[in-house]
Amino acid sequence: MVEKKRTETAAAAAEAPARSSGDAPLIKPWATQKARVSVAKAYKMFVGGAFVRSESGRYFQVQGASDARAADGDPEIVNVPRGSRKDVRDAVLAAKNALGGWEKRTAFNRGQILYRLAEVMESRRPELVQSLVRSGVAEAAAAAEVEASIDRAVFYAGFADKYFALLASSNPVAGPHFNFSVPESMGVVGVVAPERPSLLGLVSTVLPVVTGGNTCVALASAADPRTAIVWSECVATSDMPGGVVNVLTGHAKELSPHLAKHREVIGVDAWVVDADVRRSIESEGADNVKRVKTHVPMDPEAWLDERRGQGLGWIERFLETKTVWHPVGV
Amino acid sequence: MATSLTKTGGTEIERKPDSAALDFGRAWEYAPAPEATDHVKIDPKYGLFIGGRWVSPRSGKYFQTISPSTEQVLAEVAEANAEDVADAVKAAREGYEKYWSKLRAADRAKYVFRISRAIQEKARELAIVESMDGGKPIKESRDVDVPLAAAHFFYHAGWADKIEYAFQGRKARPLGVAGQIIPWNFPLLMAAWKLAPALACGNTVVLKPAETTPLTALLLAKIIEEAELPPGVVNIVTGAGETGAAVASHPDVNKVAFTGSTDVGKRIQRALAGTTKRLTLELGGKAANIVFADAPLDQAVEGIINGIYFNQGHVCCAGSRLLVEESVHDVVVRKLKDRMQTLRMGDPLDKNTDVGAINSKMQLERIRELVASGEEEGAERYSAPVKVPEKGYWFPPTFFTGASQSCRIAREEIFGPVLTVMTFRTPEEAIEKANNTMYGLSAGIWTDKGAKIFMLATKLKAGVIWGNTFNKFDPSSPFGGYKESGFGREGGRQGLAAYLEVE
Repeated sequence: MVEKKRTETAAAAAEAPARSSGDAPLIKPWATQKARVSVAKAYKMFVGGAFVRSESGRYFQVQGASDARAADGDPEIVNVPRGSRKDVRDAVLAAKNALGGWEKRTAFNRGQILYRLAEVMESRRPELVQSLVRSGVAEAAAAAEVEASIDRAVFYAGFADKYFALLASSNPVAGPHFNFSVPESMGVVGVVAPERPSLLGLVSTVLPVVTGGNTCVALASAADPRTAIVWSECVATSDMPGGVVNVLTGHAKELSPHLAKHREVIGVDAWVVDADVRRSIESEGADNVKRVKTHVPMDPEAWLDERRGQGLGWIERFLETKTVWHPVGV
Repeated sequence: MATSLTKTGGTEIERKPDSAALDFGRAWEYAPAPEATDHVKIDPKYGLFIGGRWVSPRSGKYFQTISPSTEQVLAEVAEANAEDVADAVKAAREGYEKYWSKLRAADRAKYVFRISRAIQEKARELAIVESMDGGKPIKESRDVDVPLAAAHFFYHAGWADKIEYAFQGRKARPLGVAGQIIPWNFPLLMAAWKLAPALACGNTVVLKPAETTPLTALLLAKIIEEAELPPGVVNIVTGAGETGAAVASHPDVNKVAFTGSTDVGKRIQRALAGTTKRLTLELGGKAANIVFADAPLDQAVEGIINGIYFNQGHVCCAGSRLLVEESVHDVVVRKLKDRMQTLRMGDPLDKNTDVGAINSKMQLERIRELVASGEEEGAERYSAPVKVPEKGYWFPPTFFTGASQSCRIAREEIFGPVLTVMTFRTPEEAIEKANNTMYGLSAGIWTDKGAKIFMLATKLKAGVIWGNTFNKFDPSSPFGGYKESGFGREGGRQGLAAYLEVE
């Protein structure tokens, strides 16, 4: 409540000049004796269920859009960890350690956890919207993106115990054998999320991967890493076991080859504009016959489109097919 | 029988130490029973099959294909260079645009059915040529390779006009021109695994058979010619690695499908980086065949033999690492030795032959090198007492005991009739050891406990799990690997995805 009051005060004070002159500075707390000094958040990456700084000690800065800064407690410029190769390795290890437990859960349970994530996202809806607005997205578009992201989580929550029946088969082999094929999780999958939409792109790429029982190391959008971290806080407060979803911030061009090269990573889903980066990911992935899917990022509207931004195929591309034979008879 | 068996206590039968080698006297000597070859026509010289016609190679070069069991030259075969491959891709593109993509799906199906039927009609000829060119026993080419090849075309033909049912709620369309590169271990069958789904899904193909075994693919080209497929729908270019590289790297190829070694697979994957080509890889393996103490051991021994000595061990999914529960190690090894006394190695065309010739001199050298490494690393070698023919390339069925997981024979794919026997004490240890490999193509489990099979089947990281059986294949059953054994599936509904763009 206190937080909110301060926000209103600051916003009210800032309103007239900010709106009229466009880029006018906000009223700083020290300028109005009554305003409370907010607690600015240290943004950290999300690895193994914990929020961590980069082991490298490096950071990069993101600047908030001028008319949107007032609503959160952060200063104009925010420092975000610039992840390193070692951070990638740590995150992969966390994902690898989480794999056994996550695969072993029932599909029903995974669905419930994903649904819980949707619940938490819903309750943090204003914060997510605010973060997108701060990164420069218009208010209405931000609201639409957050709503679609929450709906996407619900979509995959409901898919967790259904894709199996759609992809498995009992195969009529010509002989006295019972033969069936089932989808199975692949392992640790790396995701290079698109720059935009920073939230919906991350949610749309990470969730199908973990719905299929994989664990995930995601490189968040460098254009808006802050929202990825806010979303990570949703993941952290849902019932998702630590290490299932890991979110790194930094530069995709620097980090993605390390993700693609790592031998414990079995698949990579990369949404990158730069063709050289895509090629480098594909090429490094060949070292351990990785399942590498690279994409030219879709336009923002496509991510909102339920026919294009989600579906069975998104889960299927990071599943293996296992076929089991057994003789029939005594 | 010269061997003496002694009953000790309950039901356990113990054999005296000197009796590892069974002596069946003359009772097991078989008269030669060779399959007649007079019915078979092999041309002295083969060109390339491009655009529905047989053409001489622009390279002007030919290479010899020999029988690995006699070292006799069977035929001269054209060596396609990059220009020849470009011709083939052009023909395939035209075949796709002019004919194959315009055909009713039901009619496409009928062409593929025709191929299946013709393989059945020419089954004997194909089996004989397969055994002559590749060295595999006629009973395998006759009973496995050729019937399965026909079955693959028949199965996939039926899919052609049912693709919309395969991916319900999603749109699927063909990719265009597929470049396919296949190995020498199942020459005709691998051609069928590649061609049948590609054609049924509406793609046209440039296929490159292996340089040591091109003949049955060329006979298949004749079948395709006689089945009157539209020109360019199937093109067959023969040659070695360079020809394959030209197929994979041609810019107008939309899809590359490769079966072969993991090394080459990685090179292809790397070469395709930055292109939009789709890729499926079916690569090497080092499968664990796990035998629990509660397994029906005699059946398990049959499965072990079939798992590693089938096709001279030239099988990517061969059960080349035998993991035996420690308490039954000695009895399994003894039974294995007993069973190996009866294996007959020799003329691939003889209907009684169990183990044929090693496919090539190069492969024989690789097997010898790896076997020598096993001996150097301190493992104990046993080889079946078989007569080695004077001509040709041969390696006796062999296994090693006392090998550690770090030995090369326990890690590297030998691709020959060489088994490495290791032990375990608990199911967890078996799983750990079985998964301790970069490969993940197949695995075998032998136990009488259903729950144990399902537990292991879940935890083994392999694409195909055989419970109380081994080396079974069927066109309706998806086949393919985990990890560095490749990606993509062949067979079944799932296998269609390799040749379609599915939304």
